[in-house]
Amino acid sequence: MDLLLERIGHSYGNMEIMREISLEIPAGKIVCIVGPSGCGKSTLLRLIGGLEKPTTGQVIQVGEPPAESINPLTYIFQDFALLPWRTVEGNISLVLEDHGIRGSRANDIITDVLARTKLTDFRKALPKQLSGGMKQRVAISRALAVKPAVMLMDEPLSALDSQTRELLMDDLVGLWTREPFTAVYVTHNLNEAVRLGHSIVVLSRRPGRIREIVDIDTPLAERQLGDVELERQQKHLWNLMRDEAVEADKELLDVR
Amino acid sequence: MSDKAQAAIQKPIDFRGGGFAPQSKKWVGVFVFISIIAIVEIGTRSGFISNLTLPRPSDVFTTFIELWQSGLLWKHLIPSVSRLIVGASIGASFGICVGILIGLFSLARSGLVPLVAAIFPIPKIALLPLFVIWFGIDESSKYALIAFGTFTPTVVATYGAVDNVDRSLIRMGQSFSLSWFSIVTKIVLPGAMPGILSGLRISLAIAIILLVAAEMLGAEYGIGAYILEAGSLYNLERLFVGVAILSILGVSVSAVIGFFENRLLDWRT
Repeated sequence: MDLLLERIGHSYGNMEIMREISLEIPAGKIVCIVGPSGCGKSTLLRLIGGLEKPTTGQVIQVGEPPAESINPLTYIFQDFALLPWRTVEGNISLVLEDHGIRGSRANDIITDVLARTKLTDFRKALPKQLSGGMKQRVAISRALAVKPAVMLMDEPLSALDSQTRELLMDDLVGLWTREPFTAVYVTHNLNEAVRLGHSIVVLSRRPGRIREIVDIDTPLAERQLGDVELERQQKHLWNLMRDEAVEADKELLDVR
Repeated sequence: MSDKAQAAIQKPIDFRGGGFAPQSKKWVGVFVFISIIAIVEIGTRSGFISNLTLPRPSDVFTTFIELWQSGLLWKHLIPSVSRLIVGASIGASFGICVGILIGLFSLARSGLVPLVAAIFPIPKIALLPLFVIWFGIDESSKYALIAFGTFTPTVVATYGAVDNVDRSLIRMGQSFSLSWFSIVTKIVLPGAMPGILSGLRISLAIAIILLVAAEMLGAEYGIGAYILEAGSLYNLERLFVGVAILSILGVSVSAVIGFFENRLLDWRT
């Protein structure tokens, strides 16, 4: 299942957040969205998953999601959004219960996704007992449990320290390599974008428009820390964004 | 110059942190109780406190034992506790339901918040004669008074608690296409539970206050009736026995809620 964004525009009251965004999200690829703060990248993600309605334009689903997909458009949030009163297992079964999956079927799914995210030993733990990286792993396994057609990731690693971020990036690359998934990955971290993105969409400052789409052909598994080509791409992205970021920063001050 | 620098005074820096983290020390509370009772006992025995002002704690204790042995204690306590349980359960459950409605629906919020604000400050005791006419002089008017008194603080606590549930968790529920009912029962209610329970502490204390008020009209037995009778006879020992029983009731209710908090809210950090 592909997603097609058709001339999306969005405003809150008089403030125009984004304008004329048209984009294709092909199946099996990770599309990263980067841009200066306040350019509406998180809003765009909420529009894609139907948590908010765009003021103009529409998001089109091309083809049917795979039959086994329980929740085609599934988010991974920056703040993990785990229920603190449920165990790791309970947090995953929460999203299965409502789709009528209980008992041994749910149990099999939970065992499988916990193994894939290396959380098998933490099945009965409460979120308060886990570190930030672990919590995000739980959120990733919860997302995998509903077999999404497209994963919508809203700065999933931004709340983590840089070592944990590296580890989780490796995990994500591992997950994708074993079983390619489709994802829209919003981040402000260019390093994450060049490590995980098949294509990187650069948004301009508010109102957000697409400035450039950068494709990176190096296979995900071969992208290493300190890769020269990636460094070059990252530098290119930063050059694209720098002036916008400076201006966006000034604008935020003006608002106050 | 360098000599001077070497000779500079060395001293440890001042400590400025600490404090602002009160902890409960186990026996201090008991000690405060015992010392107050001891002071009153010594005061009344030495004549420093006259017998008209305060009764001797030891006499109060003997009166309590007599009450217990005569079997009258249970005769007073059982109707009171059952009135408390019935009245408070009706009031609290209605309060929680209305509070959740206010927390979830704009129409309920706009319609009921002003109404609750208008009802809250009414001294419910003033309405007792009205309730007697509406519900009769027997048990139902007492239930109604206690229920009405617990209702309003429970509503306020509950909708405040629902408002404070983390919106990102609700957004998460929607993003996984959970049904509205599941979001309410699995995310909103457990998330509001800490606030609801701490609201119940206040509501139930108010319920005990109203219990006494309710028993002042048309009750033969009950702690309130017992206190009222002791008061009109100016029997200070019996008055204080009644008051002490109410305090113990209050402490027990608070302990029950504490038990539930430990059981239900162990997920909190």
